[in-house]
Amino acid sequence: MPHPLPNARSTEDVALGIRRRVFEHVIRNNGGYLSQACSAAEQLAFLYNEALTLGPPTLPMIPQPFGGVPSAGNPDYVTGAGYNGPFAPHYDRLFIAPAHYALVAYACLIEVGRMAPEGLEMFNQDGSSVEMIGAEHSPGMEVHNGTLGIGFSTAAGLAWGRKRRGDSGQVCVFMSDGEVQEGQTWEAVQAAAHHGIDNLWALMDVNRQQCDGAMESVMTVGDIATKLRDFGAVVAEIDAHDLGALRQAKAEPHPGKPLIILAHSSPTQGMETLRPRLPRLHYVRFKSDAERDATNAGIAAELGIAPITLGDH
Amino acid sequence: MVELVNRPYATAFEAHALANPDVLCLSADLTSSCEIDGFRDRHPDRFLSMGMAEQNMLSFAGGLGLAGYRPFLHSFGVFLYRRPYDQLMASIAYPRRKVRLMGFLPGITTPGGMTHQAIEDISVMRAIPNMTVLETGDATEVESICAAADAVDGPVYCRVLRGAVPRLFDTPLRLGEMRVLAAGSDVLVVTAGITTEEAIRARAAFDRAGVSVRHLHLSTLKPFDAAAIVAHAAACRYGVVTLENHLVAGGIGSMVAEALAEAGLARRLIRLGLQDTYAHGGSRAYLMGYYGMDAMALVRAVERLTGLQTGIDEAALGAVRLEAVHSVLKAEAL
Ligand SMILES: Cc1ncc(C[n+]2csc(CCOP(=O)(O)OP(=O)(O)O)c2C)c(N)n1
Repeated sequence: MPHPLPNARSTEDVALGIRRRVFEHVIRNNGGYLSQACSAAEQLAFLYNEALTLGPPTLPMIPQPFGGVPSAGNPDYVTGAGYNGPFAPHYDRLFIAPAHYALVAYACLIEVGRMAPEGLEMFNQDGSSVEMIGAEHSPGMEVHNGTLGIGFSTAAGLAWGRKRRGDSGQVCVFMSDGEVQEGQTWEAVQAAAHHGIDNLWALMDVNRQQCDGAMESVMTVGDIATKLRDFGAVVAEIDAHDLGALRQAKAEPHPGKPLIILAHSSPTQGMETLRPRLPRLHYVRFKSDAERDATNAGIAAELGIAPITLGDH
Repeated sequence: MVELVNRPYATAFEAHALANPDVLCLSADLTSSCEIDGFRDRHPDRFLSMGMAEQNMLSFAGGLGLAGYRPFLHSFGVFLYRRPYDQLMASIAYPRRKVRLMGFLPGITTPGGMTHQAIEDISVMRAIPNMTVLETGDATEVESICAAADAVDGPVYCRVLRGAVPRLFDTPLRLGEMRVLAAGSDVLVVTAGITTEEAIRARAAFDRAGVSVRHLHLSTLKPFDAAAIVAHAAACRYGVVTLENHLVAGGIGSMVAEALAEAGLARRLIRLGLQDTYAHGGSRAYLMGYYGMDAMALVRAVERLTGLQTGIDEAALGAVRLEAVHSVLKAEAL
């Protein structure tokens, strides 16, 4: 099957497709990481549909079942990196640091033609590689990241190594703002700046939310942009839902430094029906059929589709 | 049908904290997931939100200990020791601070995969001088773990069950006391945490097959009562099977092996649990089957040990209690 050109569809269209897929999944499965689709749909669509230079996928469109964890006795082990294309010097690499965004990332893979829709049916099913918290072997995941705050460090190391080898490909990390609470994030930025790692950039979903609610109420982090600049990064701050602004931010020159784009997002973008749930948006679930039906009808209307038809439940 | 108790930790912690003014509640952005959201809302002056910053939380707790408080730290078990291990050593264990580490989702009880599964916590924790290590296996033990842990003069790590927890016992967890759940004389079976329920599932089938099992349930993993284990092992003619929700290296299987070797008691030992492997994400029942940690794995191990063909198959075992993926008792599907 020919691989569709990266920009065969508009990025707006891909973002809408992501929201629709994640919404449908969450309604059908009676819960899920839905708010992350609201905040990050444009960001992931932008990465896969235009910002990254990725080769065609090297792994089957329908994901293989779980094939065992890495060990000397498992020579056939593969990561999910193949969904982002081959590891060639001129191609970019992408890490999804907050691995609980996996559902959104999988939906994006489908929208850009890198995974078959069947892949999402396998989400969180026993024996499947399409795990709820994206594992290293899950589609589109290149390294294990479920423990938050390690992504940028690994990316910095990979970027330094690639630069030394003369690779032209860049390393990109999709990050969450909760990660700035972890000390390691700051050690990573510090090291990247110290070593002049400028083939490295990050896109951070600044939705101001974390598990317990608004970050402001859980642990104040202050002005992330100023702090990152003080630690040596070039920082661009934009509206996460403005693709023009995303493009402009990506074009920001950052010689000798990593670029970090702070994408200020709304955790209910495109699904304002969710708004009354604030400040508890981290994981959306329904306490009753009535609540699910109302959410189904409300969001479906916002997304311009018919409510998801449910079987017996 | 086994009785299921909803969110036993929530109630037990609140009662214990209210009776003990020096107890503080710390959380690392997993407040609902660790069932302390009600406590936070009702007793904000006793609750410290530490954000997703575990390294700081551990050393901070060491400081609270120095100030005379007894902080209870709440997170998924894995986040309480993997990254903040150095802080645990220097700020808590060495100075013997009365810090209570309440680790939720032990072993493969989370579908979150490698990064969420505490599979080497017992091994790590028991190697740390001054640590006490406890594990809950039912609702009664969850209800009594706060008081038991808080009585310890030093740091404590607890593996805590959450959500809908079965009630298997009617007496509280008592520090240093193991439970003798069956007093047979062929095979000694040693379990803790969720593996106890697995062994109980196989009990009737063993009885019918004429295998006389002696079953011990551990809730105090350190200090480890080696003398009692050796005495029980000596009373069983074929040997010992350990079954743990953990790597066999360094966990209960290792503790039993050390006890037998040091006592010079020659008994065969089969250690069930994760065999030098990471685990992946999936439901609890599936993962227990996949990694050989369930009732069926125990039956096969007993057959190997005794050389008997028990004829026990899945149908002969007690029903598996299936966990609802989405339950109002859990903050997320983890
Ligand atoms: C080191 C670590 N501590 C705790 C967790 C549990 N956890 C998962 S997501 C999350 C915070 C979510 O905030 P954020 O990363 O900003 O994601 P978002 O709110 O956008 O979903 C936490 C605490 C974790 N995965 N890793």
